[in-house]
Formats: sequence, C-alpha cells, structure tokens
Amino acid sequence: MADFFFNTTAGMILLIIGQIFLVVIPLLVALAFLMYLDRKIWASVQLRRGPNVVGVYGLLQSFADFGKYIVKEIVVPAGADRPVFFMAPMVTLVMSLVAWAVIPFNDGWVLSDINVAILFVFAVSSLEVYGVIMGGWASNSKYPFLGSLRSAAQMISYEVSIGLIIIGVIISTGSMNFSGIVAAQDGNYGLLHWYWLPHFPMLILFFISALAETNRPPFDLPEAESELVAGYQVEYSSTPFLLFMIGELVAVVLMCALISLMFFGGWLSPIPGLPDGIFWMIAKMGLVFFFFSLIKAITPRYRYDQLMRLGWKVFLPFSLFWVVFVAFAAKFEWFWGIYARYTVGG
Amino acid sequence: MSVFAFYLFAVCVIAGGLFTVISRNPVHSVLWLILSFLSAAGLFVLLGAEFVAMLLIIVYVGAVAVLFLFVVMMLDIDFAELKAEMAKYMPLALLIGVIILMQFVMAFGAWNASAAAEGLRAQVTDPQVFNTDALGLILYDEYFLLFQLSGLILLVAMVGAIVLTLRHRGDVKRQDVVSQMMRDPAKAMKIHDVKPGQGL
Repeated sequence: MADFFFNTTAGMILLIIGQIFLVVIPLLVALAFLMYLDRKIWASVQLRRGPNVVGVYGLLQSFADFGKYIVKEIVVPAGADRPVFFMAPMVTLVMSLVAWAVIPFNDGWVLSDINVAILFVFAVSSLEVYGVIMGGWASNSKYPFLGSLRSAAQMISYEVSIGLIIIGVIISTGSMNFSGIVAAQDGNYGLLHWYWLPHFPMLILFFISALAETNRPPFDLPEAESELVAGYQVEYSSTPFLLFMIGELVAVVLMCALISLMFFGGWLSPIPGLPDGIFWMIAKMGLVFFFFSLIKAITPRYRYDQLMRLGWKVFLPFSLFWVVFVAFAAKFEWFWGIYARYTVGG
Repeated sequence: MSVFAFYLFAVCVIAGGLFTVISRNPVHSVLWLILSFLSAAGLFVLLGAEFVAMLLIIVYVGAVAVLFLFVVMMLDIDFAELKAEMAKYMPLALLIGVIILMQFVMAFGAWNASAAAEGLRAQVTDPQVFNTDALGLILYDEYFLLFQLSGLILLVAMVGAIVLTLRHRGDVKRQDVVSQMMRDPAKAMKIHDVKPGQGL
C-alpha cells in the first residue's frame, strides 16, 4: 500500500490530491465561520446584532448564503466578453488558494516545502490582481472598468512596500523558507524572541499594506459603493460573485497566516515551557483576523489620492530605509544581534 | 511525471506565444502572453532555478504585464483600420520573416556543440548551494560594478520619463496634505461619548 503511494506516478498524484483536500476543505469550512465572525464583529462595533436568525446565534448564516448564491440565476451583460468574464472569478479563487501550498501550519505540516516559499506567496498574491482587472474589463460597463483600473494601480503600489518588508525579514533570517523563518524566531524568551519586536514598525506597515493589497476597508476603493456601486463586481451575480467573495476572504486569511508566520512566530508558543503546536498558529491567525474586521468597522474609507500618497510617499521610503537599516544591523550585529538570526548560511 | 510537466509547460509557452500574435483582441493577446510567462516560469522550476522562476512571475506577470493590460484596455482600437494597415505592410513583414528564418536555418544547421558544453549544461551550480545564494554571490561579488551600473541606467530612464511628463499648472486646486492634517479636530467634528448598548 505504501509502495503504491510513494513509488508509482498514479499513487503520487492521488497522494497530492488527498493532501490538497486536507488543506482546502478545512480552510473553506473555517472560512464560512470567519465570514460570520467578520459580520458579528462589524455589527457589535456598530451596536447592531448582526446575523442571528439561521441556526443557533446565526452560526449557519454563511451556509444559507452559500445556498442562496448557488441557486440564483447567472446574468451575463450583453456586451460582455464571455470567456474572460467567467475566467475572472476563477482566477481570483484559484490564485488565493494556490498560495496555501507553501504555508506551514506546524513544524513540517506543509504541502510543499520549497526554498523560495515566501517569494512564491508574494508572486501568487501579485497575480490576484488579474481577477479584478479581467472582471472589470470583461463586464463591458463603466463602473466595473473604473473599479478595476483603480485596483490595478492600488495593488501594484502596495505590493512594492510589501516586497520590501518581506526583504527585511529575509535578511534577518537568511532563508526564504517559512519553516526557517519560524525557526529563527525560536528562543528562550517566548514571545519576546519573535520578529514583531525588532521589526515592529514593519509589522504595522505590513498590516496596513495587507489591508490595501486585499482591498479591505479603509482601502476598498475598487468596490467603493458610494462612487462605483460595487466596482468590478457590479455585473456579477450568483456563483461567479460567490467565487469573487470567497477568493477575497481567502486572500485576507492568507495575509493573517503570513503576519503570524513572519512576525509572531507561527506555531511557537508565546510562553516558554508551554508546548508548540498548530493551535498557536490558528490562535494567532484568529487574532490578526479580529483586527482585520475591527479595522473594517471603525475606519472611514480613504480618498484615492490619499491612498496613492500613503503608498508611494510614506510607505515606500520608510520600508526602503528599513531594509538598509536591517542590512547594517544584521551585518554588524547591532542590538545584541537580534537582527542576525541566520538559520541558513549568513 | 517531470517529462509530462515539461511537455505541458512547453506546449503552453508555444501556444501562448502563438495566440498572442494571432488573437484579434489586444486584451486577449496580453492574457495569452501572461500564460506564456507563467509556463516559462514552470520550465525554470523544472530546471531547478526556482528563484529565477519566482522573479519572472513577480516582475513580468505581476508588474509589467499588468501595465501592458492597463494600457491596452484603455486604448480605443479600430480593428478594421488595423487590419487594413497590416495588409499594407504584409509583403515587407513576410520578407523580413523569411530572411530571419533563413538566417536561423543557416546558423543552427552548422551548429556543433562540444562534449564539454553538454556537460556544463547539465550541472551549472553545485546542488548543495541554493540558487538564491549562488545568484547573490555572482551578482554582488563578481559583477558588483555592472549590477550597480545597470541600476543607474534604470534610474536615468525613470528620471527621464518623469521629466518628460511632469508639468506644473497654476490654475488647478491641489490637495494640501499638511494643512489638511493640521486642522483643529475641535472645529471639524463633535465627539459623543456613546454608552455601550445604548446608541445616541
């Protein structure tokens, strides 16, 4: 039996498909509850009750929504470019799921343990913009088109600062593998040994850039309903719309996973002595997601020129300066060498 | 398995390139070009050059092709006129194409790879060294000056593009960020202390 799975091509393909399901199905089920949590947090900040009808405390609301989206009619605008129109939501969903192939949940619990894992995530998240652009263009309508143009500019701008922040972490670690990055944060002082302390300004910058990269409020300009109705999603209905929505939320959860791996030590326990494990990883992702939803509830939307100014004139110079600073601090081991925790080479 | 992956990526590269040229819609052309880039990245991964593959995706697909798409989407192209233009230049294009094809045939017909070159092709770097490290050592140690120089050339191009497009107009109202941020909150808004569960 083991021989079949590890030595024949068909067995290996079956094994890989099984592993993919093992990651994707818990992720999508968790997503249903995260969507519920998102709406509940949003509601309680605004002194509303939020979803509370379907199931106990409204817990099954997301599943009811899912059923509703599936059975509705798919409407395609008359002038739409049909193949591109239907490809756009699929691209969004697939690209946001593909990145999970290299995210480890525990020591060694990863689908594909590649050397350039962090670059892979960065590359795939830079592809997500295509779903938005294609959707906006193929709809052949004014508002979606404007929305997609905005989002193209926005996502490219904030990718620059995300890339530079990632470079800072890579310099500190000397490795682009997530297991290496987490191993570099392992130490005797628990949570004081994680990267959030030496890289604190970058944690805040990364969090804000992640909000912009995933089109979350206050940077949800591609779908600003007061100006663009719903941006690139205007002409979408039924299942294609559902795919867009799931894709966006998976991208948000991916950013939560990235933040907990890069700055909060992944599966390491915060208090020395307690065992490390997958529950720490999940707890950290949940905490970051809580802040994502909190920000959605408490901040007003940015103006477009403010958004561009923040990306190019504030974040870019600051993160560029930080890369130079970290490079010097790691090379000459300033601050008791907290910037130089090489796991590979050095 | 890797042979299957190689042929899949190779066919996708060629098909992507072909459809980039023959599609009627320029936006579709760019999308086919993206497929071609992605498959080329797949070929790099099969060669063991995963760092170059990721850079290809980040730089070409993530940034350059987005800008292509951005420009092409905004163009208002009259396809009939474009076709007529193309028919006019067809003989010249065919002539150039045939000449290039002849040159390729002549060049590769007389190609003789030495056995030493075959050996080099199989193993470029030591498998123990990650290819990110290998590239870094070559770029920043051996070719440091050339690397800096190429950066300088890009900077000059960037400055040139900005100089060509920058213009100052006195008759437009601008957003002054500093004065906006220096506004006194007390004059701009009123703060209510909202008790939990009650509202205003």
